[in-house]
Amino acid sequence: MQISFTLNGRPTTVDVEPATLVAELLREQLNLTGTHIGCDTSQCGACVVHLNGLPVKSCTLLAPALDGATLLTIEGLQGAPGSNQMHPMQEAFREHHGLQCGFCTPGMLMTAVALATEKPNLTEAEVRHGLEGNICRCTGYQNIVISVMAGAAAMNAAKGE
Amino acid sequence: MGNVIGIGASPKRKEDQRFLTGRGNYVSDIKRPGMTAGVFVRSLHGHAILRGIDKSAALAAPGVVAVLTGEDVAADKLGSLPCGWGISDAKGVPMKEPPFPMLAQGKVRFVGDMVAFVIAETPEQANAAAELLTVDYEVLPSVVGVLEAVRPGAPQLFDDVPNNICCDWELGDKAAVETAFRKAAHVAKLSLVNNRLIGNPMEPRAAIAEFEPGTDRFTLWTTSQFPHVVRFLMGALVLNIPQHKLRVVAPDVGGGFGVKQFHYGEEAVITWAAKRVKRPIKWVASRSEGYVSDRHGRDHVTEAELALDEYGKFLAFRVNTLANMGGYLSTFGPNIPTNLYGPLLGGVYTTPAIYCNVKVVFTNTVPVDAYRGAGRPEATFVLERIVDVAASEMGIDRVEIRRRNMIPKEAYPYQTPVLVQYDSGDPMGCLDGALVAADVKGFGVRKAASASKGKFRGLGYSTYVEACGLAPSRFAGRLGARGGLYESATVRVHPTGQVTVMIGTHNHGQGHETTFAQIVSEKLGVSFENVDIVFGDTDRVQFGMGTYGSRSLVVGGAALSKATDKVIAKGKKIAAHLLEAAEVDIQFEAGNFSVAGTDRTKSFEDIAGAAYVPHNYPLEVLEPGLEEQAYYDPVNFTYPGGCHIAEVEVDPETGTVTLVNYTAVDDVGTVINPMIVEGQLHGGIVQGVGQALFENAVYDEGSGQLLSGSLMDYCMPRADHMPMMKVETHSTLCTHTPMGVKGCGEVGTIGSPAAVINAVVDALAHLGVTHVDMPATPNRIWRLLQNASLPVAAE
Repeated sequence: MQISFTLNGRPTTVDVEPATLVAELLREQLNLTGTHIGCDTSQCGACVVHLNGLPVKSCTLLAPALDGATLLTIEGLQGAPGSNQMHPMQEAFREHHGLQCGFCTPGMLMTAVALATEKPNLTEAEVRHGLEGNICRCTGYQNIVISVMAGAAAMNAAKGE
Repeated sequence: MGNVIGIGASPKRKEDQRFLTGRGNYVSDIKRPGMTAGVFVRSLHGHAILRGIDKSAALAAPGVVAVLTGEDVAADKLGSLPCGWGISDAKGVPMKEPPFPMLAQGKVRFVGDMVAFVIAETPEQANAAAELLTVDYEVLPSVVGVLEAVRPGAPQLFDDVPNNICCDWELGDKAAVETAFRKAAHVAKLSLVNNRLIGNPMEPRAAIAEFEPGTDRFTLWTTSQFPHVVRFLMGALVLNIPQHKLRVVAPDVGGGFGVKQFHYGEEAVITWAAKRVKRPIKWVASRSEGYVSDRHGRDHVTEAELALDEYGKFLAFRVNTLANMGGYLSTFGPNIPTNLYGPLLGGVYTTPAIYCNVKVVFTNTVPVDAYRGAGRPEATFVLERIVDVAASEMGIDRVEIRRRNMIPKEAYPYQTPVLVQYDSGDPMGCLDGALVAADVKGFGVRKAASASKGKFRGLGYSTYVEACGLAPSRFAGRLGARGGLYESATVRVHPTGQVTVMIGTHNHGQGHETTFAQIVSEKLGVSFENVDIVFGDTDRVQFGMGTYGSRSLVVGGAALSKATDKVIAKGKKIAAHLLEAAEVDIQFEAGNFSVAGTDRTKSFEDIAGAAYVPHNYPLEVLEPGLEEQAYYDPVNFTYPGGCHIAEVEVDPETGTVTLVNYTAVDDVGTVINPMIVEGQLHGGIVQGVGQALFENAVYDEGSGQLLSGSLMDYCMPRADHMPMMKVETHSTLCTHTPMGVKGCGEVGTIGSPAAVINAVVDALAHLGVTHVDMPATPNRIWRLLQNASLPVAAE
């Protein structure tokens, strides 16, 4: 079947088998391999993308659900439009060493941006709770939590400008 | 000289840009023209005779390219998966080493053992065809626990391995230990289980293999921590592929922790199959597949006894352990619970006599091998638990009993009674630092506050030492290593003065691209941005033993340091010629070669240019070019150590243990990049906390089914399980590595399980609890509380 949706700001039309998962569509058909698959039980969160502005695990979503929707993946995450800069959350992860092997990172970032968008003044406990659906085996989460709080603050500051 | 960023600085990581923007290059991201998909069919039984496999229906399924089984492997006369270590018992009798075929032959020995490989045009077609494969099993009883496996009448995995015992290994002076026990004023005893763990790097294992008929060359892309070792083991010992016809690439790898430092059957099968089907093949494991095929870790059952004099001085330590090997010997398998366990039982203490017996046992479970820490967390757990037991029984404060037995700083180098000689350390300094950092003085107030909420609060200590920087090849060879454990680095200076380093270690999260660039930047005085680190490709990197055992900076960094020294030495010769001075008068500092006592100078870029455009150059005595290589074989292990303090709160209503504070003071030697070291410590600690509180691989005795076979059944630490940790370093320098480094990758995982469990036991001590096995889950704690002699309520 044919589906049309907005992918990282661009109108996109693809032919898909109806049983295709969004994560597979992105990785195999659209060559957007930044969305990772780390498990088969929707536990790890490496595949989180934004569907109509909300974070979803793309390994649990069938491609036909994208028809008419807006999808943002890690490849589309960026700073101010036209600035060629990284998103403040990406910058915060780099600044605070919020990643090691990088495999969980795209999902962490997409979850973190959604968290910070939903609630501007996040507490540490809220960040930890909000990251429950994303597993990282490298960092022990400490620097991820610090990064998310710093990234959220930077997003707020940018909004205020 | 540009932007030199050297040792001790914390630049942001070079590798982050690609990971943050979704542009990493992991094996599963790679596509090759004409690529097919491979799926492994795995045993559903823990133990069964493989009577036959009917391929016909699978072969007839849509899109199927080939179906391969153990019979095809046998017909091609391929080798067995090799074990890299051969240990022996006290009489010198070698371990039992049954063959480990890459696809099962005759029998399957664990759930997940591979019986067939199905190749089709798409993964969906391969999976569908795999369902059609008819495997005829005669199911046998399974044995999964070590105690059960050595009992008379237990199911036997191999005809020629009586009682399933691979090796009855020992270390230490048994007679001296017995004598000391007879004189002891007190003997503390402890029985414990070190729980089986599953490493769970976030990237599942994957491989792609390709054969080029025009050149007879194979390429294997694999999620490996040591591509050169895979090339050697697989090419030379399994598939009979000449080394120059085999390229192994391990690109970006999403975490390892040991799980990816073995040569796996999947790698051999897919490489062999790629030539048979004459097309590239890709296999990507699902997480569930990883649970039944990634090598597991730990799984010990131990009886320990500590003999003490009346003042609490340790006189002797005796440890008897049964260690689970699973169904076959994996690459490092038998080395882990023996050579990486027994020699660490001295810890940071002056215990004069130690004896350790380890029975290495086969069971119907996934093969067990190294997992972050590998043997050393197990040793630390036994020792630090029994020290607490002894302190409690003798009425001596837990910190005081440690102080009375610690090796003083001045006593280094210190020869232990179990092979190893520690070169440097300051355990007392780490302990003192940790006591302050953890605010132990304020614990009483915090405990009272917890009690007022009906919670039990506990404090737990663990000191530790580890042997890492694997390893001095000669020493390892005496212990049974079948390969060398050196490392290599090439420093290629380009004509314009930029530098590319080819190094044999592998970066899968440790930040090598940054740390190693700092070393080069500092030593050669070149800009940090002008240094790139290449790893993970046997066609690009000369050789290497890979990354495990906290060895990359210790051994690889030393090779890199030596190679840069050679570049400087050659640069001085070139400079002497250009500056018309004697070589001995040339100084190299901050990126400039100069004649001592003059203002005559040549920049590093000038020298690089002259080396590649040798018009004015001493060609009679010096080759052009500026590229140097070094191999480094360490003279000793390195011995990081430290003190960890955990603070927990137990809710008696639910049995839930909450980690409320965690403090670590570690001696990792020279710190190149403090930001990266801290990150390694955080991650290591949480993996140890995972073992102590959450993680447990559980098998069903009899059927051999893995009951904790997914992320829904195997509890991984999550962000809200942890408090903010306090991590500090208290470094003494390693006396034998070029930069004084000791390694930091595993220390967190080694120190933390005992600290956490000691805290849990402390919280429950008033109820008569003297030991808690890991993981201290709510269920386990709640049951303990129900059986406790005192009322549960805290008032």
